[in-house]
Amino acid sequence: MTPHEVDPRELRARYPDVFDRPASARLAMPAMIVAAFAILIYGLVDLDFSPSRFIAGLNQLGWITLMMIPPDPGSSLPVYLKALGETLSIALLGTTLAAVFALPVSLLAARNIVPSSILRFPVRRFLDSIRGVDTLIWALVWINVVGLGPFAGVLAIAVSDFGAFGKLFSEAIEGADQKQVEGIRASGGSALHEIRFGLLPQVLPVIAGQVLYFIESNTRSATIIGIVGAGGIGLQLAEQIRVLEWQKVSFLILMILVAVAAIDFISSKLRFAIIGRRAVA
Amino acid sequence: MTTAVSILPEQQLAVLNAAYRQAVARRRWRLLLGIAVFAAALLLAAIGAEVNLRTLFTYFGNFLSYFDRIFTLDSGQRVWTDVGEWLWGWRKWLKMLGETLLISYVGTLIGATLAFCLNFFAAENTSPAPWLRFTVRRLLEFARTVPGIVFALVFVIAFGLGPMAGVLAIAIHSTGALGKLFSEIVENADMKPVEGIRSTGASWLSCMRFAVVPQVTAGYASYALLRFEINVREASVMGFVGAGGIGQELVVAIRKFYYSDVSAILLTIIVTVFVIDITTGWLRGRLFGKEART
Repeated sequence: MTPHEVDPRELRARYPDVFDRPASARLAMPAMIVAAFAILIYGLVDLDFSPSRFIAGLNQLGWITLMMIPPDPGSSLPVYLKALGETLSIALLGTTLAAVFALPVSLLAARNIVPSSILRFPVRRFLDSIRGVDTLIWALVWINVVGLGPFAGVLAIAVSDFGAFGKLFSEAIEGADQKQVEGIRASGGSALHEIRFGLLPQVLPVIAGQVLYFIESNTRSATIIGIVGAGGIGLQLAEQIRVLEWQKVSFLILMILVAVAAIDFISSKLRFAIIGRRAVA
Repeated sequence: MTTAVSILPEQQLAVLNAAYRQAVARRRWRLLLGIAVFAAALLLAAIGAEVNLRTLFTYFGNFLSYFDRIFTLDSGQRVWTDVGEWLWGWRKWLKMLGETLLISYVGTLIGATLAFCLNFFAAENTSPAPWLRFTVRRLLEFARTVPGIVFALVFVIAFGLGPMAGVLAIAIHSTGALGKLFSEIVENADMKPVEGIRSTGASWLSCMRFAVVPQVTAGYASYALLRFEINVREASVMGFVGAGGIGQELVVAIRKFYYSDVSAILLTIIVTVFVIDITTGWLRGRLFGKEART
């Protein structure tokens, strides 16, 4: 038999797994897809989607986009630049505050520092609950406490990042090599010495990388917390959208995009400088 | 046998010591400089953000007592002493939570579908033309960088108040985020099956369908589930700008100082987010093995 004349029946007999898959295996994938789209259609109906509303909205959106061109700040460019500076300040300060407060707490949440799980468990759940609440919600709470303005934004970012940093730092600490800590202990160092000379040199570069990354991502968060009144460029953006000044809106969005790209660039350069190219990826 | 410890002559040692001290001193200087620059940036930021420590100290008590107040009922008792009174609106809140979940589900699925359609054009190895890749990539970048809630603000004006604006905002943001991740999976896919299928004279579409898609579906589903998790959090605040979901109730409760309601709604949100996190984590573990869980 030449290779070209393969008997299909023989192939079927030889590879039953390929040709005769059980019905359950063959139906599982389509059934899942059908179920997924059934829920989608139920959702569309339940959430008041209708083709006419969608088309009317698209039409409206088209007009809005047309009115956005060209982006034009009008006479308020200085105000916007100041707001952008405010946003960057909020991100930088909030992240730094969060990191400063999270470092000691993360030690309490790390398995290799605090072996007793009774002590660790409440700390971890506490951090989890803080992370479960969105930055925007924290912003609303702080506005109630310190009033409208960028300061509330700083505190909101600090609190919500505190939860995230606590978890990330404690993971970094747990991932650290224990041999160096043991070395310090063997030479007669106290528990504090172990942390200072055994752990921190390993952990600090990782932490610095994470903090920089968060400053980057908080630039985005800081733009949106303004929407609920916590200062920065988001406040200007929400105001201009409400009064339908579309040219200013598109200018503000462009400003945000450029600022985020610039911060991305700077912080990735810094991260490479601190922890080397390989560790970032 | 005695071990020979080599002792350097004094002079040689002095040179080495000096070099060592110099190296350490240089590092210290660089660190000090870094700290100084950072401190200056912080100071500038503090001025820019109108940080007023006195306000903080004056009002920090308020922050703590805020939590005291949100855990107190109107009758002055702690909330957990009368759960029925605390969660009085649970029917309404559960309905809004259901709406929130539905918004994130529909948004994620639409976003994932769009990302699925677009990512083959954005991936380096499968894109039919460079100009197409460039355009699709910039589009995805735009959709990813503009925050979801900004889209929601604009869509609320275009499509009217209600969950539709929230769904579309989440869908667009997810398209951007997932499109990038999906195209990265495609870029890591094995190209040999593609060559095999192309050598049989198949079109670009068949190449994608029979060579690329079977390799990447597991990764796609994993990322889509992860995105769903993120979108649940995102959808819970969409109501702040009038785009549907539980956020509407929460913002009203916070702004009107219905203290015990704030804690009740926050509790339901946190519990929901936990449950969704655990379920999707479990589901991803079940579907794609342990390594996909991270």
